[in-house]
Amino acid sequence: MKDFKKISVRRMTKRFGDKTAVHDFSLEFGKGEFVTFLGPSGCGKSTALNCITGLIPITSGEIWIDDECIDDSKSQVPPEKREFGMVFQNYALFPHLTVAENVAFGLKLRKIRGAELAKRVDDALRLVHLEGYASKFPAQMSGGEQQRVAIARCIVLEPRLLLLDEPLSNLDAKLRIELRYELKALHERLKVTTIYVTHDQTEALALSDRIVVLRAGKIQQVGSPEQVYADPANIFVADFMGYRNRWPAKIQSIEERSDTLVVRFGSAGASLEAHLSYPAADPRRAALQAAFASGSPVITAVRPEDIGMDDKAGNGIRCHADIVEYQGNASQVSATGADGIRIDFRSSPKVSEGEALSIFVAPGKILLFPADNLDPKQGGSP
Amino acid sequence: MKGASRRGLGFLLAPAIVFVILLFVYPFAYGLFLSLTKEDGSFTLSNYLNFFASARDFRTIWVTLQISVPVTFINVALAVPFAYYMRRGLKGEKIITFFLIIPITLGTVLVSEGMLTFMGPKGWLNQLLLFLHIVKEPFRFTHNYLGVVISLGLQGFPYAFLMLLGYVSGINPDLEKASQMLGANKLQTFWKVLFPLMVPGIAIAFSLNFVMAFSVFPSAVLLGEPSGPTRVISIAAYQWAFEKFNFNAASAISMIMAAIELLVISLILVWRARMYKGASIVGKG
Repeated sequence: MKDFKKISVRRMTKRFGDKTAVHDFSLEFGKGEFVTFLGPSGCGKSTALNCITGLIPITSGEIWIDDECIDDSKSQVPPEKREFGMVFQNYALFPHLTVAENVAFGLKLRKIRGAELAKRVDDALRLVHLEGYASKFPAQMSGGEQQRVAIARCIVLEPRLLLLDEPLSNLDAKLRIELRYELKALHERLKVTTIYVTHDQTEALALSDRIVVLRAGKIQQVGSPEQVYADPANIFVADFMGYRNRWPAKIQSIEERSDTLVVRFGSAGASLEAHLSYPAADPRRAALQAAFASGSPVITAVRPEDIGMDDKAGNGIRCHADIVEYQGNASQVSATGADGIRIDFRSSPKVSEGEALSIFVAPGKILLFPADNLDPKQGGSP
Repeated sequence: MKGASRRGLGFLLAPAIVFVILLFVYPFAYGLFLSLTKEDGSFTLSNYLNFFASARDFRTIWVTLQISVPVTFINVALAVPFAYYMRRGLKGEKIITFFLIIPITLGTVLVSEGMLTFMGPKGWLNQLLLFLHIVKEPFRFTHNYLGVVISLGLQGFPYAFLMLLGYVSGINPDLEKASQMLGANKLQTFWKVLFPLMVPGIAIAFSLNFVMAFSVFPSAVLLGEPSGPTRVISIAAYQWAFEKFNFNAASAISMIMAAIELLVISLILVWRARMYKGASIVGKG
């Protein structure tokens, strides 16, 4: 493997006709980093990945590995010469070759033969815990095993960059978690620079060093899992990270403090308070001030698990339960508040359908964003 | 319960079984019986022995193979790249497919008639070649070996192409991407991934094309020289049956035809099994 320090993607854009699938995409990956492209289907994350591999030619922009330009939209290093490895959602194993032959495929193209070939294939299979599968055919194996072969087939070549396109999406829930642990362990061990594409926020949070949230081909936020989870940049990211309660709201007053913004607003038939811990120069302060000044609507973002029925200190909202789903240790409740807003929350005490309730949210657990339509195919403000 | 459902299944299969018996098993068995008997119904091998003893009849096997084997190779060899380039669809694919299917729908006789006019000594093709000074006198495209080969190509290529197109376009496009990402260029991807996966399709296309070409009759009569160079085995069978009215000898020739076709098909299937060992195990993929 050729050594390198960083891969940089600069202003990469991909247009299909008059549709822009990837828009002005700039990002740097350090060696050994695990970066996830996260977004709903149609957000351009797979296209971005395929553009980086070279399988889809880019319309404009550049891709550099240190000071080697591998793509400047006019001339490109072909995908087979980039020394990248790719794992596909549907495994894409060669059905006419055995597991060992699949893993040996790339090595043979690199003229590696004989004892070294056998040793490297064995090592790769051991790494993904598939010793003894060498002479099986892909169709004789489960989805999880096939995907491990696909991973072995890539890492045996020691790629400069490993790209995984929704690798766990075809697996059932249990296998998905198992293979996720293995991917994590494998990355810890090999430190291969990795780009991982998924629509599953749990996978993204579990695996990544950095998450890139995409919408309509535009980067919405780049940050550590903690940042993206706790401090989403906009309502789209918040919605995607599980802030399922989005209530239309109107700002009544804003109090600027040095480390927090205290916003009083009307929503769900109640007057509520949010404490937003935005630093002084955070653009989100200005955005809310602008919405306040123009009187335009804003939208709340609250996680179901941050709503309680016992913390009387928080913001109180009256509602009645419509649907109660038993989920073991707690129930998932869908309730309707004033103005017909939908409230999702989890409750440990038993709640019956149709029951009138008071729920509470701590001011620090409410986020406020300018209103947005949340359509993944339309670009919001990044 | 199980017996009842079995009986129900048998009932559903009945029309197909009757069909196969009436149209295949019975004629085949009757032909086999005829080929092994004299006109009075007594057993004999003379129908076969006479065929192999007569140089004029025996050489039809060689003549027919000389036509059918090259034609089949050409058809399949042309169909592979065509199918490869059209695997993801092309602009104007429907028009191309339309023109390829026309020869199939028109039937052999009409195509042969058309070729006689178009490619004959006074036909447009020769007029063009003369006009362009490519030839000094009309080139003989028809009434010879070449005429039969062209006609069989026109008829057989679309079959081979359509069959292979179905095979290639059914191959998961991610396999090509995977191969490329592993370092293979287009040519290596074709030979190491696509071609092996096409082998079952190629085998079937080859078998069907060969059977079609080996049993050629109308083209050989209309476009060839049925008296000599293109006196194929089916003409020999026809002449025994309808010129000499010896159905026993004609049946024996038909059986020999069938045996040769089966032999060639088994050779192809052996090749397929060697090329594509995953085939028996891999159902999907």
